[in-house]
Amino acid sequence: MSELLLNVLRIGFLLVLWWFVLSVISVLRRDLQAPRDAKPLTPARTTRRPSPRPTLRSKKAASGIVITEGPLAGTVIPLGNSSITIGRAPDSTVVLDDDFVSTNHARLTPQGTHWVVEDLGSTNGTWIGDTKVTGPTLLKSKAVLRIGRTSLELRS
Amino acid sequence: MSQILRQYTVSTRRSTELVLLVGAWLVGVFAWILVDASSDSGSLGGWSALLSAGLLLLCAHAVVRWQAPYADPVLLPCVALLNMLGLAMIHRLDAANAARAIANDSPQPTPDVYLQLTWMLLGLILFSLIIALLRNHRRLAQFTFTSGLIGIVLLFLPLVPGVGNVVNGGRLWISILGFTFQPGELAKIALAIFFAGYLVGRRHTLAHVRGSILGIGVPRFRDVGPLIFVWFVALLVLVLEHDLGTSLLLFGLFTVLLYVATSRRSWVVIGALLLGVGGSAAYFAFGHVRIRFSIWLDPFSQANGDGFQIVQSLYGLANGGLFGTGWGQGYPQLVPFAKTDFITSALGEELGLAGLIAILLVYAIVVERGARAAVGTRDPFGNLLAIALTTVIGLQAFIVIGGVTRLIPLTGLTTPFMSYGGSSLVANYILVALLIRISNSARAPQNFALDLPKSEVNA
Repeated sequence: MSELLLNVLRIGFLLVLWWFVLSVISVLRRDLQAPRDAKPLTPARTTRRPSPRPTLRSKKAASGIVITEGPLAGTVIPLGNSSITIGRAPDSTVVLDDDFVSTNHARLTPQGTHWVVEDLGSTNGTWIGDTKVTGPTLLKSKAVLRIGRTSLELRS
Repeated sequence: MSQILRQYTVSTRRSTELVLLVGAWLVGVFAWILVDASSDSGSLGGWSALLSAGLLLLCAHAVVRWQAPYADPVLLPCVALLNMLGLAMIHRLDAANAARAIANDSPQPTPDVYLQLTWMLLGLILFSLIIALLRNHRRLAQFTFTSGLIGIVLLFLPLVPGVGNVVNGGRLWISILGFTFQPGELAKIALAIFFAGYLVGRRHTLAHVRGSILGIGVPRFRDVGPLIFVWFVALLVLVLEHDLGTSLLLFGLFTVLLYVATSRRSWVVIGALLLGVGGSAAYFAFGHVRIRFSIWLDPFSQANGDGFQIVQSLYGLANGGLFGTGWGQGYPQLVPFAKTDFITSALGEELGLAGLIAILLVYAIVVERGARAAVGTRDPFGNLLAIALTTVIGLQAFIVIGGVTRLIPLTGLTTPFMSYGGSSLVANYILVALLIRISNSARAPQNFALDLPKSEVNA
């Protein structure tokens, strides 16, 4: 074989090898974005769902926080007048055993009738909807607070 | 009570896997063609080997598609690429051996690549069986102590007189009915299951119950016991079987698992201290460990003696340079054991730094996907098992490639999926089958059933 062809094939093989590696990496990149694209479908089965009724209590301070998604889904944590902490540490008010949750992850503090959420320097962040909590942020009553694999909502 | 079921659209990614798998096979075919073109021995037998390898991989893919549809899409193609590159390199070294036999007028050696292909068949059969029969990896937790026992027995089986074989100074082989097998390769999987199952029940104790020495929180002596036991077993492997690699792998695996299970850095420190003590004791007690160290620190002073192999490997890598000599154009056959322990240096010579980095990246991707499966799994046992299996592949690749490139002292271990050797290939396919099984349960969609009191819904 000629020297030129040999060199072309030599570099060609390396290019093919790298093409494989890079296409695997591009699959991984799409995989990382997947959770954000995955949207909940319409409820597949809803039995005896109560019709929405306007409540007069919406002006009142939130009485509890409910976990809507994640391993503890369905749990309701009553809120009083003191702040609550969320994290993996056993002494947190809400202990989330989740690898995406930091030991001391977030804190909810009452401010009059409102609740303010703060991130305590967590690794994976605290999110309200799709925005990351950077400083003390007011948590509105229907907003979804996301910590690791868990979603929480204020309920009055 | 009302129940709201939410379902998430999760694509299974099986077609991605198929495309990548075909890509991996084509890379192997390309390598094979280049080898045949350079050695001017375009044999037809090679094509049947390539086709059967491709068919085997397709069958494995079909089993995954059918039995584990949500499994990670890149694990199988990545290990398939490593396997195909290994096959191509073994074929290339076969060609070199054949050429040397012609030059010396000696009888033609039997090519090793077909035997390796047979082992690949066995490995992929076991891979498919595990994916099809083991529906839930949590069932393995029931066999924690059984697999611990099996692991220890396999580890020390080569010491049994009559079964054990000494090959190249290491007592790691058994021969039964004419077949030789390295039981240590299977032992590492059994021990990974044992470590994961053992630590899953004790991780909270190990993490939170602490004594104190000089004001620094340290684990109680009672809790360090298992670590010391594993350390002792690892030392026994080193002393009785002269196997530095397995000894390191075993101890490193347990230390990593302790750290992952407890997230306490003190275990890593204790592990490093024990490794230091064991390592220096072995250095002073055993000549073969001293030789390993001296050829690591200064191989060139004994380039024609004990350091011959590593020096040849370094010359090979230097000859390869940035982009390699090209398939079939270098002299990887000059390194002793180029097909087994030193296949990395053979690939480094012919593919260069650019090719070797691509191969290392593939190992890194396998490790990343394993860790990803571990994070995604909801049960702690699966979590630890996935990390254990991932650590086995990652640590083994690090120990052997680090040894060949003289980053760390040379130890005899096989390069996962690439080296010539049946036990290693079969064991690694079993290992990847378990990882794929765990990743399937990690990625399968979950139905979150919300059980809320009526008043809480839409309140």
